[in-house]
Amino acid sequence: MLLIPCPWCGPRPENEFRYGGQANLTRPAASADDAARGAYLYLRDNPRGQHQERWRHRHGCGRFFNCVRDTVTDRIASTSKIGSP
Amino acid sequence: MMQPFRAAEGGRIDRSHRVRFSFDGQAYSGYAGDTLASALLANDVCLIGRSFKYHRPRGIMSAGSEEPNALVTIDRGAGRITPNLRATSVELYDGLKACSQNRFPSLRFDIGALAGLAAPLLPPGFIYKSFMWPPSFWKRLYEPAIRRTAGLGRTPAEADPDRYLNQYAHCDILIIGGGAAGLAAALGASATGARVILCDEQAELGGGLLDEPNVTIDGWPAPDWVREAIGTLNGSVTLLPRTTAFGWYPNTMIGLTERLTDHLGEPGSQRPRERLWQVRAERVVLATGAIERPLVFPGNDRPGIMLAGAARTYLHRYGVKVGKRVVIATAGDSAYRAATDLHMAGVAIAGIVDRRPAGDSEAIQSARALGIPIHNGMTISSTEGRNRVHSAKLSNGTDIIPCDTILMSGGWTPSVHLFSQSRGALVFDAASGTYLPSQDAVGACAGVFDLSTSLRDGTAAFGGEPRSFAVLGVPAMAPSEPPVATVPHRGAFVDFQNDVTTKDLAIAADEGFVSIEHVKRYTTTGMATDQGKTSNLNALTAIAGLTGQGIEHTGLTTFRPPYTPVTFGALAGPVRGDLFAPIRLPPIATPGAEQEDAGTWKRARCFPNAKETIAAAVARECLAVRNDAGMLDASTLGKIAVEGPDAAAFLSRIYTGDFTKLEPGQCRYAVMLGEDGFIRDDGIVARLAPDRFHVTTTTGGAAFVLHHMEDYRQTEFFAMRVWLTSVTEQWAVIAIQGPRAAEVLALFIPDIDLGTMPHMAVRAGHIGDVPIQLFRVSFTGETGFEVNLPPDHAQRVWDTLRQRDVTPFGTDAMHVLCAEKGYIVIGQETDGTVTPDDVGLGWTIRGTDCIGKRSLSLPDLKRHDRKQLVGLLPADPAVVLEEGAQVTVAPSARDGLSGPSVGARNAQSVGHVTSSYRSPTLNRGFALALLAAGRSRIGTQLSVAGPDGGIPVTVTAPVFLEKTADRPKPSPRRTQEPLLPLADQPAPVARPCDSVQLATLAPITRLSIRAGPAAGTAIGLALGVLLPTVPCRSVMTPNRAALWLGPDEWLIVAPESASELAALARKAVGDHPASIIDVSHRSQTLEIAGPRAAWCLNAFCALDLDLTAFPVGMCTRTLLGAAEIVLWRIVAEVFHVDVARSLMPYVRACLEEARLEFVDVEVVSSRPK
Repeated sequence: MLLIPCPWCGPRPENEFRYGGQANLTRPAASADDAARGAYLYLRDNPRGQHQERWRHRHGCGRFFNCVRDTVTDRIASTSKIGSP
Repeated sequence: MMQPFRAAEGGRIDRSHRVRFSFDGQAYSGYAGDTLASALLANDVCLIGRSFKYHRPRGIMSAGSEEPNALVTIDRGAGRITPNLRATSVELYDGLKACSQNRFPSLRFDIGALAGLAAPLLPPGFIYKSFMWPPSFWKRLYEPAIRRTAGLGRTPAEADPDRYLNQYAHCDILIIGGGAAGLAAALGASATGARVILCDEQAELGGGLLDEPNVTIDGWPAPDWVREAIGTLNGSVTLLPRTTAFGWYPNTMIGLTERLTDHLGEPGSQRPRERLWQVRAERVVLATGAIERPLVFPGNDRPGIMLAGAARTYLHRYGVKVGKRVVIATAGDSAYRAATDLHMAGVAIAGIVDRRPAGDSEAIQSARALGIPIHNGMTISSTEGRNRVHSAKLSNGTDIIPCDTILMSGGWTPSVHLFSQSRGALVFDAASGTYLPSQDAVGACAGVFDLSTSLRDGTAAFGGEPRSFAVLGVPAMAPSEPPVATVPHRGAFVDFQNDVTTKDLAIAADEGFVSIEHVKRYTTTGMATDQGKTSNLNALTAIAGLTGQGIEHTGLTTFRPPYTPVTFGALAGPVRGDLFAPIRLPPIATPGAEQEDAGTWKRARCFPNAKETIAAAVARECLAVRNDAGMLDASTLGKIAVEGPDAAAFLSRIYTGDFTKLEPGQCRYAVMLGEDGFIRDDGIVARLAPDRFHVTTTTGGAAFVLHHMEDYRQTEFFAMRVWLTSVTEQWAVIAIQGPRAAEVLALFIPDIDLGTMPHMAVRAGHIGDVPIQLFRVSFTGETGFEVNLPPDHAQRVWDTLRQRDVTPFGTDAMHVLCAEKGYIVIGQETDGTVTPDDVGLGWTIRGTDCIGKRSLSLPDLKRHDRKQLVGLLPADPAVVLEEGAQVTVAPSARDGLSGPSVGARNAQSVGHVTSSYRSPTLNRGFALALLAAGRSRIGTQLSVAGPDGGIPVTVTAPVFLEKTADRPKPSPRRTQEPLLPLADQPAPVARPCDSVQLATLAPITRLSIRAGPAAGTAIGLALGVLLPTVPCRSVMTPNRAALWLGPDEWLIVAPESASELAALARKAVGDHPASIIDVSHRSQTLEIAGPRAAWCLNAFCALDLDLTAFPVGMCTRTLLGAAEIVLWRIVAEVFHVDVARSLMPYVRACLEEARLEFVDVEVVSSRPK
């Protein structure tokens, strides 16, 4: 079980969290074309190594937060509150 | 009963305590303190089992958990049969029943041994090569046959009656291994004040020191020094004997299994058999020691051939002489100690065969001085003996030495399994020819074989001052040499458990396998349950020799958990029977109802009368709703309070429809889309006040919907001032539907005029004396009301209405009634690929830019041939179609609407049946279906695939009942008739237990406060308890408390009424946005108190509950098993566990399970089921 550092509550066991997908996606405006919409819906990064992603401390403070996780080692390099760098 | 091989004296066994046991039905006796292996050896039982592949006779090779041969089944009665246990690790108890395995008809005469004659026909990969064709034979013939002959023990057929527990633990230092280095490390660590756990797989701490009665440490005989060290550590270090560290998981989570009762003849019924520890350690120190390697020579697997170190263990620890006439084959000095010790105990040493030239270390000189013949530069070339070895032939080709035992010593392999699992870097040590951990290891595991160095290194493992110990009595020995490859031979075993010989490895090398990982898989070397403990390095050496590359270039295979086999019981722990998953019961008890699972809930399907079938009950319930009045417990529907100045704008994004135009007091049906435009959920959005909404979700979708809404609230529309609070369990819901609904409700509702209350409206009022929110909504097409009321009162309202002849109906009737009107059911008509237009809900899309709306104009979502919702009427009204069945067009009727042709002669699927029922109102079967271009097919004839061919159906619009508006309007008279009195609901009583008490607390007011800093401060001042700003902390005053649950979320606990307190808070916030919600009924509180309270919580909760990590006043949402709780430490030994009402029975049962081992009275437990 991973230990995930919640920016609010500190390190907590993985089962308190829910994965929230890739971070920093920009939701296109309604006026954006179909290709931009399609990319937003269905295209995601799949890097070998550091991955920017979102997690939610679902069974804790309830906050979404950003996380940099290495997809090879599962090591979490950093987590940060939404909106903070 | 004789024990012919028991030494006259010595050993750590209790000779005053004789223990009877049986092996293969034959009675024997041993002593308390014996293992099964030592007792069998004492009784001259040498043949213990048959090998995996060739059914070769095998004996005992080792004295520890590395044992590859002596696998037995221990029979403790029905359901308690454990196969494949290593006799060397099984502690003897009175009445133990052991059986050998993998033999037929008996151990001594085994038909399967004929396979040994066919060994040349069973080369590596023989399964892949031989049993290929025809494929159908694999399942029917090859696999069952192979499984029968190449099996080990048999799996027990009965359910396991034992209890198993789990324990989460945290520590600064986990020391794995309680031998010299581990104990020294614990002594060093305990001096630092750190939290230390030391575990060891054996029954007794001490490891190899227990084999050394003639060695002294600081003047104490080594075993006594162990006793003194344990005495020093007791209290400051958690000592866990009989506990195997089997796996190293991410973020230094170490899995341990503690065996609590297997060594007892009569385990108490409430003691768990095993405990799985999940230890989160800041630091791990591996003091796992080293395992002696066998020598690889032809015939090295016969019974009577064992490791030299094991012979010393049997002599010194168990008082057992392994033979009468012993030959020792060695490549190192340590075996000379076995020779001298056995000689002193009166065992004849027929010779030492040393691969190396003559040496002169102290150990060798001692043996030489005793006159033991030593043959240098030689090894054993073959052995003879059927069920026990009787001679060894030396490699000079002439000498044959008669013997009954051969001891072998190929050097020592550090136990790096756990370090390898941690993905740590193993470093090849050329001097010893072994791999060593690059860090975190002490003692033999680190390649240090000198006792005083091990002890000193151990004490300094944590940066402290190294402490030296005076060690006397260990003869000086030359360091062991790297292993050497031998000539491949069919009888020279490398992996004893999987029957892999050097010949097999040579074949693999000949066939081009170079990578050790490939060789491992092809030959199965190192892949048995012993994880290659004795074989890995020998296999590596052989491959390195065959391929001509060095060991360091051959590499080591990755070790995987578990280190030794772990029972399924330990892994499952308490998570079985009624604790397998929480069962959530709605607030209204419905005895006699048929139950079904709905998400995590149990809901009533229908309410059959005596002798009524389910179908008849559903039909009766449907007709009651259509013609009279029925009621449904709809409490399980998800409910979310959406509050704040921007709530309407927020909901207009989340759901289809514009909620800024919804008037307070009005409701609207709404659909939730994903960004992709597909329907995710649906529900009713009710506006209670300009800034307060009440949203319902489907039962199964509640958690997802809240998560989805939080996602957008926090990360997309974060500028909106809106808060979301689950109130699912704050309110029970009784849905009353039918022409008589208003009439019967009006009898009890004094303050709402049901006659003038419009459809899709919400009003606050009372039913009897109970405050309610009344929704006028319908999912049946009939007049419908949904009474939302505090759950404590739901039962009496339900029972009162039942007395008024309102018919209870269940989810089956609900589905029929919905479908008759063509109302979709999420998960039935939708599957994540269905748009609103597909199911005729295009009208819900209004002008706003709700999530997913843009995607609806993507080309694929506008295709004319998308699957659309239609009705189906079978030509035969008696037919009820199968849900999920394919709807087909005949080849001749192909109309170009159904995509490309796949085969002209076959009927083609154009869609599937999504819901199908028998309608008692229409007196016929009917169905909803999703069909390609379905709406254009209305009126056509199609076919539905059935077990006996196509069933003709007519496609219709998806509405089967005409509007019911022409039915007579009810004219409710408003009176106030009394409800049944409130029944007492006695809280369950916990078994008395001093070390951990459990009690359900009386209800108390709880407010959920969602607010920004300014409003938070105002509320805190008004309520007299400041809202904490530090995460996970509470502020407690004598009669109130405020708990931080999130950065804008607090829970207020107070004694006065919720409405009073909420009014006070609302007044205080003024114009600041805030959401203040009464959640008093949503949850209940368990108090768990006593010195063992934290321990019991940690059986199910993974948080560190040490006072330093979880101080008094700390509070947090977390998980207890599968249930979300709010955990709050009131004082050091008292916790409050706040848990949703429906999960209370589950959480209570979890904690009762954890408490059971501290409850003194013998309990007749219903668990495990």
